[in-house]
Amino acid sequence: MIDFEKYLRIKKFPLIWCAGCGNGIVLKGMLGAIDRIGLDKNKITVVSGIGCSSRATGYVDFNTLHTTHGRAIAFATGVKFANPDLTVLVVTGDGDATAIGGNHFIHAARRNIDITVILYNNWIYGMTGGQVSPTTPHGMRATTAPFGNPEGSFDISRLAIAAGASFVARGSVTSPVKLSQYIEKGIRKKGFALIEAFTPCPTAFGRQNKMGKALDNLEWIKERTIDVKKADALSPEELEDKLVTGILVDVEKSEYTDLYAKLVESVRDIPVDLHIPEREVVPASIAVAGGEEL
Amino acid sequence: MKASPEGVLTGAHYLDGDHACAEGALAAGCRFFAGYPITPSTEIAERIARRFPKVGGVFIQMEDEMASMAAILGAAWGGVKAMTCTSGPGFSLMMENIGLGIMMEVPCVVANVQRGGPSTGLPTMVGQQDMMQARWGSHGDYGIIALSPNSPQECFDRTIQAFNLSEQYRLPVFVMMDECVGHMTEKVVIPEPDAIEVVPRRLSPLPPGEYLPYAANGDKVPDMVTAGEGYRIHTTGLTHDERGYPDMTAEAQDKLVRRLRAKIDDNAEKIYDHECKRLDDADVVVVSYGITSRVARAAIDAALDDGLRVGEIRLITVWPFPAELIRDLAANTKAFVVPEINLGQMVLEVERAAAGAARTIPVTHAGGWVHDPQTIYDAIREGLRGNAAPRKSARKPRKEKQP
Repeated sequence: MIDFEKYLRIKKFPLIWCAGCGNGIVLKGMLGAIDRIGLDKNKITVVSGIGCSSRATGYVDFNTLHTTHGRAIAFATGVKFANPDLTVLVVTGDGDATAIGGNHFIHAARRNIDITVILYNNWIYGMTGGQVSPTTPHGMRATTAPFGNPEGSFDISRLAIAAGASFVARGSVTSPVKLSQYIEKGIRKKGFALIEAFTPCPTAFGRQNKMGKALDNLEWIKERTIDVKKADALSPEELEDKLVTGILVDVEKSEYTDLYAKLVESVRDIPVDLHIPEREVVPASIAVAGGEEL
Repeated sequence: MKASPEGVLTGAHYLDGDHACAEGALAAGCRFFAGYPITPSTEIAERIARRFPKVGGVFIQMEDEMASMAAILGAAWGGVKAMTCTSGPGFSLMMENIGLGIMMEVPCVVANVQRGGPSTGLPTMVGQQDMMQARWGSHGDYGIIALSPNSPQECFDRTIQAFNLSEQYRLPVFVMMDECVGHMTEKVVIPEPDAIEVVPRRLSPLPPGEYLPYAANGDKVPDMVTAGEGYRIHTTGLTHDERGYPDMTAEAQDKLVRRLRAKIDDNAEKIYDHECKRLDDADVVVVSYGITSRVARAAIDAALDDGLRVGEIRLITVWPFPAELIRDLAANTKAFVVPEINLGQMVLEVERAAAGAARTIPVTHAGGWVHDPQTIYDAIREGLRGNAAPRKSARKPRKEKQP
């Protein structure tokens, strides 16, 4: 039995999350994963952006940084480089990571920097009261899509795979054990890891879309999820409204801070030519020791 | 403490201001740089990209300026000195996370090599139009520190000073260069490491448990800790209490925001840095900064040759602005002449401080080139006439030939 309280700032409870929200299940999955790996609390930094999921950093007893909307991954890039020994986790949401922060998300995946992103996907902007997000399914309602979302939606995991992430898994709060295992694998992965977690928002998403009670919101997710192994046997048409879960990508590739450390090592003993622009000329009369060889 | 010898390129060099700024960062102990290419600041990033790996520093070209600013804040929390560089359009994009840096009180440096604006404006040509943006560009109330170098040598010196001030007062500090200073090449003398004073991070002596991340010291600045050292603190852009946790009440807001402002205002006497000449009996005082202070030199010399009593204030810290200095002078001075490559920004501060006791004459320029010294000379002459004189002629810069 895991003592979850040792990872929590219990004094900060109760959580701000609504009744029926799935965020607590994702957070518990993260803490379970950290416990199973046996990480030192002092060596974990959790960075978040803005939104419901991003408020998680206030409740967990690690080094926690609650930053600006969309920028958590960019912020985390600096933290990781400043101290590569830290385990750096990012807690974010669908709007935070793929709308305002979409550029940072894909570029961190491209660089394959060792950051684990736990993305709470509830298909809506919850904190601001239910506006349309990049993952709101076409046709579903939001306060800013009152007649149904006229746009298409992102498949976030596929986006991360295309951008170069070395580990991508998708889980759901309806299968919390598996979700926690995915997070564990993601943290263990040396490289950019994304765990996309489906989580219900009965308050802002469910209510607008007449999805019933909190439990019915979970049922809605359950009906739509299908394991990647089962999905392999189905046609694209059969998969159209399905949410494929499981480990979608798990590959070994060079990690960015490692590559940078190698770069530093490789240039240590070679002179670097600082003669960049034409105008930078050091006249012999004033050139002194240290001016040529670095 | 003294600069670490690693990374200090002691000697006399022939460098442009951008390269000198990069060397200043190295000497100050900066070991993390995140940036995005933008003219006319890119040479800072290029030199750092070559120099940092040799000293174990990290250079990363981010996907945009929002990311660059976020990454340097993250790196600073990770325990290293960090900076970025940019120009107008990028400065605008950085404003969001500059605000976060102010709220979280993160030491770091932003060099803005100013070009003509608004918008894309004149990418390769000079401007001094971001001076008010430096003061007020991010939303909310706060104090800020900005320095304005007027030579490549100063780009080196002031970048070190910016790092020192950022560590001392825990906030992003701006080095407000301009395209002329950034691209002009002059002799730059880099001293021995022993002769370079650097301010280390003000780390808390208190153990975890006793330490409160936002409990300020006597100077209104809290001490810092580094992620990974056992403190496990929370920091947020939300209004927070001394423990760092969100406290969204009018009381907490009042306490926090007034302190963010006061930590600069109350320490302003220690932060101010400006060069003053011949103020004792000056009839007219020229107030300038950056490249314009060197253009004004020709006008002032000509006026002195004519036997006019002209004093000079060159602002090095443009923010905080030395209002008391202007106020005290205004009683015995006929006029302040303020040339700047914008349509009147710092002149507003001079006018506010002078409070009608002396005339304030802006010498404006929309950007793209420096002033014709004649326009500054004419304004000095205009100023000698005192309050009775019409102001029109001085406001109108002469048409001049483009280079």
